[in-house]
Amino acid sequence: MANVTLRNVRKTYTGGFEAIKGVNVDVGDGQFCVLVGPSGCGKSTLLRMVAGLETVTGGEIDIGGKVVNQVEPADRDIAMVFQNYALYPHMSVFNNMAYGLRNRGMKEAEIKTRVEEAARVLELSAMLERKPRQLSGGQRQRVAMGRAIVRQPKVFLFDEPLSNLDAKLRIAMRVEIRKLQRRLNVTSIYVTHDQLEAMTLADILVVMNGGQVEQIGNPLAIYEKPATTFVASFIGAPPMNLMATRADEIKSQLGGSAGDAGILGIRPEDFVITDQTPAGGVALSLTVEAIERVGAETFVYGARAEEEQHVAATPGELPPGEIIVRIPGTEAPAIGEKIRVAAVRSKLHLFSGDGRKRVEA
Amino acid sequence: MQKQPIFRSKLLPYALVAPQLAIVLIFFYWPALQAVIQSFLLQDAFGLSTSFVWFENYVELFSEPAYFETIVRTFFFSFAIAASSLSVALLLAVMADKPLRGGAIYRTLLIWPYAVAPPVVGVLWVFMLHPSLGVLSRYLRAAGIEWNPLLDGDQAATLVILAAAWKQISYNFLFFLAGLAAIPKSVLEAAAIDGARPMRRFWTVTFPLLSPTIFFLLVVNIVYAFFDTFGIIDTMTRGGPGKSTETLVYKVYNDGLIGGNLGSSAAQSVILMIMVIVLTGIQFRFVERKVTY
Repeated sequence: MANVTLRNVRKTYTGGFEAIKGVNVDVGDGQFCVLVGPSGCGKSTLLRMVAGLETVTGGEIDIGGKVVNQVEPADRDIAMVFQNYALYPHMSVFNNMAYGLRNRGMKEAEIKTRVEEAARVLELSAMLERKPRQLSGGQRQRVAMGRAIVRQPKVFLFDEPLSNLDAKLRIAMRVEIRKLQRRLNVTSIYVTHDQLEAMTLADILVVMNGGQVEQIGNPLAIYEKPATTFVASFIGAPPMNLMATRADEIKSQLGGSAGDAGILGIRPEDFVITDQTPAGGVALSLTVEAIERVGAETFVYGARAEEEQHVAATPGELPPGEIIVRIPGTEAPAIGEKIRVAAVRSKLHLFSGDGRKRVEA
Repeated sequence: MQKQPIFRSKLLPYALVAPQLAIVLIFFYWPALQAVIQSFLLQDAFGLSTSFVWFENYVELFSEPAYFETIVRTFFFSFAIAASSLSVALLLAVMADKPLRGGAIYRTLLIWPYAVAPPVVGVLWVFMLHPSLGVLSRYLRAAGIEWNPLLDGDQAATLVILAAAWKQISYNFLFFLAGLAAIPKSVLEAAAIDGARPMRRFWTVTFPLLSPTIFFLLVVNIVYAFFDTFGIIDTMTRGGPGKSTETLVYKVYNDGLIGGNLGSSAAQSVILMIMVIVLTGIQFRFVERKVTY
């Protein structure tokens, strides 16, 4: 059991490209930390640095109170699950799991006990003699998990372990991984680009962008108070509606210290269709352009009415002027219909004009 | 799927494959057929009359202890050449596969020797190791080694094996490099995390995953050592001293073209032909089954 602490960790490649620009993360013993971000944000590189597969060019990586910057992967007492599982194709399932134990000189009897126990937990007992190519994707994934758990390491590292599975299996395995980690109580670091996976798995969520940490914290805390517009649009699906506004407008509408804000954010689920404007809140007139009905809920894509376009352009993923509204599945306006939506004061998120800072009103 | 013939004329497809077929027929099948026929014939000493003798050439060949010696020698040469060139090439490939500065230059240089023609290889090594001219010979003699491959059969054999193996290293190197590139990096990383040191990683992961490549190269190298070493042997030792470097192929040439015993020579080539068919058959069978690991 161990803490993992990253202190101002940096990675600069020989070409001068800075992949990791000083990251500080503290993962407590037995905690499940998820690194999330778009592709190329450096999350996998960071994980590989913890594993010892990439050199550290600055800062310190500390596992269990020991700086491991110069320690070989084998001696860090970690186990890793790779995206493509990285099973040994020429070895049986049993030998795949036993390999790491044999390398450490464990007795065959003990190896047999451990592998059979792991196989039982992962429902692989009937497949111990098979080769990886005779297994399905989900089974291979479980072998990769088994290979990690038989070692009983201090830290588990997961590099997008579910991204090669189909959607249904991915959800099932996500739950399995979380249950397993809780039961074994092993400190884990998990990399994913899927915000839903990140939200559901994490004790600590680290949102990364461009080699930097945008925000660290409890997933729900991040959802409720995103620190930047990047986090606001990355965490939560569909993404938060972001509208650039003029400071004086916001000031006149919301008053107080909100004057520093340049961007207003409202989550789709925080809108209600109503003709009233809540006190201190925001109301918008929309023309319905598209509707997605998914059963329990309905997503309404609307364009803001002309007179409401006091806001220039919308940053984030939305096209200019488009607003997503999430409403219960029982309601559905017609396409082309004009509706009025409103959000209460407490549901408004304000950010500085460059989107880098949250403004508390 | 379109199953209709694309060509309107019936003759055009035949005309298009004709040049290739002609080459194969004239330069491969015709001589092969000639050899088979020749192996059943016996000419008198002056070449005035030829008689059909059925399997007499073969019977005579197999009653000759010298022929068996040549077979054993050829197998020894093949084994030695294949083993040495494969192991050196594998070592070099593993080294060159590491991310090195200027790695591409090393790799290119290591592939170059393959472009050298076998007789030129022979000449190169002769120059280096000739008892009176060779640069290396002088050092060997200075080190107290009695080096004279012109008189010492074992030394001549060593020289031929050395030159032939050297020439083949590049080819093997190229295949090993490709084989190494096909091993997913993450598998080796997983092994590193699983606590396997570099040497153990090589023997328990890399080597087994290379086994299809190794098997393929083993067959190719044996075929090479059987047949393509002719040029090297001819320029270096001409099969001598004595018969110490005479392989099966060289004996075909020696007995037939030099010794004038066309019947026996043809019988030997037919035997060689059967050997190469068997080797190729083995190779195809295993390559198709991909040598399971």
